[in-house]
Amino acid sequence: MFGKLTLSAIPYDVPILVGTFIGAAIAGLAVVGLITYYGKWGYLWREWLTSVDHKRIGVMYIVVALVALFRGFADAIMMRSQLALAYAGNPGYLPPHHYDQIFSAHGTIMIFFMAMAFMQGLMNIVVPLQIGARDVAFPFVNTLSFWMTTISFLLVNVSLFIGEFSQCGWLAYPPLSEQQFSPGVGVDYYIWAVQLSGVGTLLTGVNFFATIVKMRAPGMTYMRMPVFTWTIFCTTVLIMVAFPILTVAMGLLGLDRYLGMHFFTNDGGGNQMLYLSVIWGWGHPEVYILVLPAFGAFSEITQTFSRKPLFGYKTMVYATASIMVLSLVVWVHHFFTMGAGPNVNAFFGIMTMIIAVPTGVKIFNWLFTMYKGRIEFHATMYWVIGFMITFSIGGMTGVMLAIPASDFVLHNSLFVIAHFHNVIIGGVYFGYVAAMNFWFPKSFGFKLNEAWGKRAFWCWFIGFYVAFMPLYVVGFEGMTRRMNHYDNPEWHPWLLIAEVGAVLIACGIVCQLTQLYVSIRDRNLAENRDLTGDPWNARTLEWSTSSPPPFYNFAILPEVHELDAFAHDKEAGIDTRRAGGDYQPIHMPKNTACGFLIGAFSFVLGFGAIWYIWWLAAVGLIGVIATVIARSADNDVDYYVPVSEVARIEQEHTHNLMAAQAAE
Amino acid sequence: MKKKILPRLTKLMSLSSAALLAGCTWDTLDPKGVVGAQEKSLILTSTYAMLLVVIPVCILTLLFAWQYRQSNTSAEYLPKWSHSNKIEVIIWAIPSLIILFLAVLTYQTCHSLDPYKPLEAEANVKPIHVDVVALDWKWLFIYPDEGIATVNQMAMPVNTPVDFRITSDSVMNSFFIPQLGTMIYAMAGMQTQLHLIANEAGDFQGESSNFSGKGFSDMRFRALAMPADQYSAWVEKVKASSEQLDSASYPKLAAPSEANPVEYFSHVDAGLFDAIVAKYNDGMVMDKSTGKMLHVQQSAMSDMNMKE
Repeated sequence: MFGKLTLSAIPYDVPILVGTFIGAAIAGLAVVGLITYYGKWGYLWREWLTSVDHKRIGVMYIVVALVALFRGFADAIMMRSQLALAYAGNPGYLPPHHYDQIFSAHGTIMIFFMAMAFMQGLMNIVVPLQIGARDVAFPFVNTLSFWMTTISFLLVNVSLFIGEFSQCGWLAYPPLSEQQFSPGVGVDYYIWAVQLSGVGTLLTGVNFFATIVKMRAPGMTYMRMPVFTWTIFCTTVLIMVAFPILTVAMGLLGLDRYLGMHFFTNDGGGNQMLYLSVIWGWGHPEVYILVLPAFGAFSEITQTFSRKPLFGYKTMVYATASIMVLSLVVWVHHFFTMGAGPNVNAFFGIMTMIIAVPTGVKIFNWLFTMYKGRIEFHATMYWVIGFMITFSIGGMTGVMLAIPASDFVLHNSLFVIAHFHNVIIGGVYFGYVAAMNFWFPKSFGFKLNEAWGKRAFWCWFIGFYVAFMPLYVVGFEGMTRRMNHYDNPEWHPWLLIAEVGAVLIACGIVCQLTQLYVSIRDRNLAENRDLTGDPWNARTLEWSTSSPPPFYNFAILPEVHELDAFAHDKEAGIDTRRAGGDYQPIHMPKNTACGFLIGAFSFVLGFGAIWYIWWLAAVGLIGVIATVIARSADNDVDYYVPVSEVARIEQEHTHNLMAAQAAE
Repeated sequence: MKKKILPRLTKLMSLSSAALLAGCTWDTLDPKGVVGAQEKSLILTSTYAMLLVVIPVCILTLLFAWQYRQSNTSAEYLPKWSHSNKIEVIIWAIPSLIILFLAVLTYQTCHSLDPYKPLEAEANVKPIHVDVVALDWKWLFIYPDEGIATVNQMAMPVNTPVDFRITSDSVMNSFFIPQLGTMIYAMAGMQTQLHLIANEAGDFQGESSNFSGKGFSDMRFRALAMPADQYSAWVEKVKASSEQLDSASYPKLAAPSEANPVEYFSHVDAGLFDAIVAKYNDGMVMDKSTGKMLHVQQSAMSDMNMKE
């Protein structure tokens, strides 16, 4: 009846987990209680959970990403504390069974549910506005994508309290992840979470690719597209190429585990290196899927706060596109040490380091964007400058790892850990936080508090160096990743320093939460409100509409005559909004619960399959199919916004604009 | 107050940095063999080459940020300037040249440091052969020429190339002695090769550098490099052991164990290594020298199949 699920799967004898559960339960009840107290369930359901508005979906993605950041960071600081303690005979406080789950969960959560969710949130909020569109190409698919990501993250967290998570690292290399060596449900949780969230990401890729190709405002040729949109465009291509590979990898591993097949097993003709090749065929493009949008955000922010157009727009576009192509032919650098021949290694090594050329060019482009500008040191600029320095160092250590003969001694060491945190924190995370600070007023109509933003930056920036520079050192000292305890006295002081760094980063996260709190509290102060829709005097179309934008984004679709359309219009004295113009009824999609339902049924399917509760899995699968059919048969999916309502909303914004101008 | 603290601080800092440096052996940067030494110099060369551009970029970032700050109204401001062919050529050329240099270096070192390439030794020195099997969670070393085997400890004469054949009878591991250089994966059903040499005597840390499950952290061994006479004595010591490794005792050894102590076996079945590789390949194993597939005798395999 309940498959593998028994009461013993509940880890009530593990104090850390019981404490976590109680904490999570109290927090959950508090949220539920508050929503009930304020009577907001209906509002939440109608306006958010079932919304197909890309701006709201974007915000929800980022909420998920911040929760994932919290969870992933809790894992991180537990690992660092374990390694600070577990020295010279002291076993530390985390036995391998837990420690191995924690590092596996940390990587899985940070990549799939922090970074990917954050990135998809940003692309949702910004791209349609930036290209002058009213929504994405497939609004229903968009809500479906969001829910697939969210329920997958939920599945990972359920594994905390029911059963266990994978203990095989964030990529679950076989044969360790095969049934023979990992008979528990941990790897199944991993497979289903990754598989289901992969569906969501792939759909996002298709959706935004179609949106950018088909829905740009009149006059916006490809070479007039803002750089952020360009980077998202390349990212969606990479998603469409790479995520099916991930689906295949997880599918084949699942077949091995569920049906006893032999794709990656030791025996029966399986080949574990085939899995490595396939998973990294996805895994390396994934890195660029994450970092390209960050590059885009840095470009927008640098030009805005340097009060100058981006230096070398065309170069930036070509560099982005060449990174996109090159990222598909470098995956073998993740396993140079498998014993491939020197020519194979040399090819992939050189391909990898060639990526450093367009990346280096990008850094120079930002540098020369600042050159002869008038740089305003807004909090977002702090992240940009911190990024340029940190990422240059991370790029350098990346090229060191790309040289196969250097990698022969650095592979799988903490040097590698230091390197990819150097580029993922210093590149991806700094970029996303800068982007969040930059576009926050667009979403909510008020600015984020700058003082707390700067404090967050300093904690993260210094914390990063204190936490990860020591890991470069212990990497040179031969310390391997994923160790649970050690007795080498030379490693210990460095790992203590790294622990201090982790605490500093914790302070950074606290500062970010405080920043959110303070900003929401002070949102009605005049200096924080954004009445104009253009708080930074920025250059691209998203700033030409109000903050937050009306649900239809643009009453009249903007016309683009040049790169940086809004800057051009402002200079030429053109009203991009064409306020009071000839409004037409606007065609908009209706909200739908189908995305939520398909997500919920997918969760049931995944949970049932993980625990071998086949009837439950069947319920989930039938539910998914039935919802898809119901949705396909539903013709009542859109409506027209009457001209009178458009005029009313636009009128209101015009009033605000005039009031703001009068106040100046 | 301030006057007192500052000298104390400086003293403390100089002391602690001295202590750190003195106690510090950065294993991969303190190589004891020619492979590791070449890898170290490769790492340093490539780092210096890249610092040529990384350091100026970091300095320019701070410099431009400061020079063109909003409040510095005396600095030149070009609100329209966004293109310069001259700068574009330079910013593409600089990274391209450095990468070109590194690409040549990469190609050369891929060949010169190919782990499969036998090392050159002095005229009358013959390489020794060691077959390595990664088990859950320990390392088995088979010396086919001496007919002995050890667990979690290996020895080699100094200045003598060691030819390793490496496989696994469990999950994937990576065979790594940081102070000697190159690591290579150990994979079931496959045999990888590695050639290392120790040019100084010493007792080096050896480890698995690919996560392999719950006993992974203790999956360590000592690699002892010693003068030829001491090495012979070590071989004799192993030969004096009462334990033997054959198809009957092997499964017991192969069963999972954590923090396994050092073990010596005075005798090991010839063909054990081939049998371990072959049992995942329908009894076939590739001969390293000819590249031909051979069938391993069934007798050597008979009892071993059944680890599960």
